[in-house]
Amino acid sequence: MATQHSRSAARLMMTPAVFLLLVWMLVPLIMTLWFSTLDYRPMRGTFDCCEGLANYTRFITSSAFLDSVITTLQLLGGVLLITIVGGILLAILLDQPIWGQGIVRILVIAPFFVMPTVSALVWKNMFMNPVNGLFAHLFKGLGLEPIDWLSQAPMFSIILIVSWQWLPFATLILLTAIQSLDSEQLEAAEMDGAGPLSRFGYITLPHLARSITVVVLIQTIFLLSIFAEIYVTTGGAFGTRTLTYLVYQRVIESQNVGLGSAGGIYAVILANLVALVLMRVVGKNLDA
Amino acid sequence: MGRITLDKVRKAFGDVEVIPPLDLTINDGEFVVFVGPSGCGKSTLLRLIAGLEDVTSGEIRIDGTDATHLSPAKRSLAMVFQSYALYPHMSVRKNIAFPLKMAKLDQAEIDRRVEGAAKVLNLDSYLDRRPGQLSGGQRQRVAIGRAIVREPSAFLFDEPLSNLDAALRVGMRLEISELHKRLATTMIYVTHDQVEAMTMADKIVVLQAGRIEQVGSPLELYRTPRNKFVAGFIGSPKMNFIDGAEAAKHSAHTIGIRPEHLIVTDEGGTWTGKVGVSEHLGSDTFFHVHVEGFPETLTVRAGGEVNLHYGDTIHLTPDAAQIHRFDAEGLRLA
Repeated sequence: MATQHSRSAARLMMTPAVFLLLVWMLVPLIMTLWFSTLDYRPMRGTFDCCEGLANYTRFITSSAFLDSVITTLQLLGGVLLITIVGGILLAILLDQPIWGQGIVRILVIAPFFVMPTVSALVWKNMFMNPVNGLFAHLFKGLGLEPIDWLSQAPMFSIILIVSWQWLPFATLILLTAIQSLDSEQLEAAEMDGAGPLSRFGYITLPHLARSITVVVLIQTIFLLSIFAEIYVTTGGAFGTRTLTYLVYQRVIESQNVGLGSAGGIYAVILANLVALVLMRVVGKNLDA
Repeated sequence: MGRITLDKVRKAFGDVEVIPPLDLTINDGEFVVFVGPSGCGKSTLLRLIAGLEDVTSGEIRIDGTDATHLSPAKRSLAMVFQSYALYPHMSVRKNIAFPLKMAKLDQAEIDRRVEGAAKVLNLDSYLDRRPGQLSGGQRQRVAIGRAIVREPSAFLFDEPLSNLDAALRVGMRLEISELHKRLATTMIYVTHDQVEAMTMADKIVVLQAGRIEQVGSPLELYRTPRNKFVAGFIGSPKMNFIDGAEAAKHSAHTIGIRPEHLIVTDEGGTWTGKVGVSEHLGSDTFFHVHVEGFPETLTVRAGGEVNLHYGDTIHLTPDAAQIHRFDAEGLRLA
C-alpha cells in the first residue's frame, strides 16, 4: 500500500504534528539553556546577561546538590525494587484462577488512575497522620507508640506512596507477560524434576526478563521527575529533596531563575546518563 | 524397566467424564501407540500417566509400585511435547542438560551424557545454538535429547510429529522407531494419524470418547477389527461399509470390505459400477466407484498403471475371505 505517493502525502500530513512537538520540546530547552547563562532574579529586578558558566559552578558546588542526587537515586532504586518484586509476586497471584478474577484485577489496577497529588494527600492525611491516621490507630490498637511517618521515616514514606502508585503498572505489564508463558514449558520443567522455585527461577523469570526491562525503563523516566508527592507531603524537608525538587526551590522559592535553569540542565544530563546506563545493562534483553 | 499398569483409571473434569474406568497394561520395552480421533481422550490419558493431571479414581502402577499420587518428576518418565516445549532462553546444551542439572548430577557426568545424546541425535554442531535458531526437525531432536539423557523407564510422546512437514515426518518416524530398537525402553506415543500408529507400534490402543475400543498389534487390528469404529479407523484409505440387502446376503447388518480387497475385472463380477473421481499416487490408484443401489461410493485400490477413466463401467468382486461382518451394534460377527 505504501506507494511513493502515499508516503510523501503521509509525510506532509505529519509535518504539523512533528513541527508542534519539536517546538514544544526545543523552545523550553533552548530557553532553559539561555536562562542558565543569565543572572536572572525577577523579584530583585536583576536580568544581567553573560554570566557564563557561573550558575553551573554555583549549583554543583552547593552542598544541596550531591544530597539531592543521592536522594533521587534512593527514591528511584527503592521504588523500582518494590514495584518489580511486588509486581512479579502480584502477577503470579493474579494469574491463578480465582473467583471474581475480573474485579480483583480492576481493583489492583485502580491506584494507577489516582492523581499523584490526590494519592499523596490521602496517604499523608488518612494513613500517615500521627494523630488521626489509620497507621496511628493501628499502632495504638497494638499498644505501640504511633510513628510520625513523614518526619521520622520521610524517605521511606515517599517511596511507599510512589510505589503504591506504580505497583499496578508493573503488575499489569508482568501479568500479561506471565500469561503469555507456554504452559507446556512449565510442564516440561516439572517432568524434568524442577520444583516450584526452580521452575520460577529457570523458566518464569527468564521469560519475564524483557517485560522487567520495559517496566524499569518506563518507570525510570517518570520517577526521575517525581514532584507532587514530595511537594504535598514533606515539602522537600527531612532529606527528601530530589534534584527535581531542588530545581523547583531554586527557581520559585529563591527566585533565582538562572541558577535553577542550570540545575534543570544537570537534571537533563542525569536523566540521560541513567537512561544510557540502563540501556546498556538491561538493553541486551530487548534485542534477544 | 518400564511396565505400566492402569487399573480402573477414571478421569472427570467436573461433571464431564472424559475417561470412564479403564484398564491397560503396557509391558516393558513395548512401543505402544494411543490412536483415535481428536478429543478422544488420548492426550489426557498420556497426561494421567505422566502425572500432569490427577486421576479422579483408580490406580497407576509403574514397575509394580503405586504411582497414582507421585509427582511427575518422581515417576522416572520423560515426555516429548507437541510444541517441543524447549526453553527458549537456554542453549541446546543447557536444554538437554536441564533434567540432569535438576537431578544434581556432577558437571562431568552431565557433560558426558549431553555429548552422548547429541551424538546419537546428530546435534553435535548445534549444541551452542538457541532453540529459536533451529528448524522444526532439529527442535524435535533436542526435545528427544532432553528426554533420553534422563535414562527414564519410559518415554511419553504427545503428537510429536504433528508440527513437521510431511517429508520430515516420515524421517522422524523412522528415527524414533530406530531409537526405540536401540534403547529398548518402553515408549507410549499419542497420535491421531493411523499411519504413524500402524508403522511404529508394537501395540496399538484405539480410543474413542475415552473408551478403549481395541488393543492389539497393527496387523491384528487390520485383520480382525473388533467393531466398525476400529475397522474404519485403521487402514488407509478407509474401509467401505455396505448396509442393507447386500449385507443380508452375508447374514450381517453391515459388511465391510477394504479398498485393497476389491478385485477389478472387465466383465462378470459381483457388482457393476461407474468410475468417479480417481486419485493417482503412482504406485497405486484409488477409484471412487458409484455402484447402482449403494448410497455411498466404494473406494477401490488398483495398480498404478490401470487404464480406467471417469465414467467407465467396471466390475468389482470382493475377496470373500476378506469380508468383515458386523451386527446392528457395529460389533464384529465371527
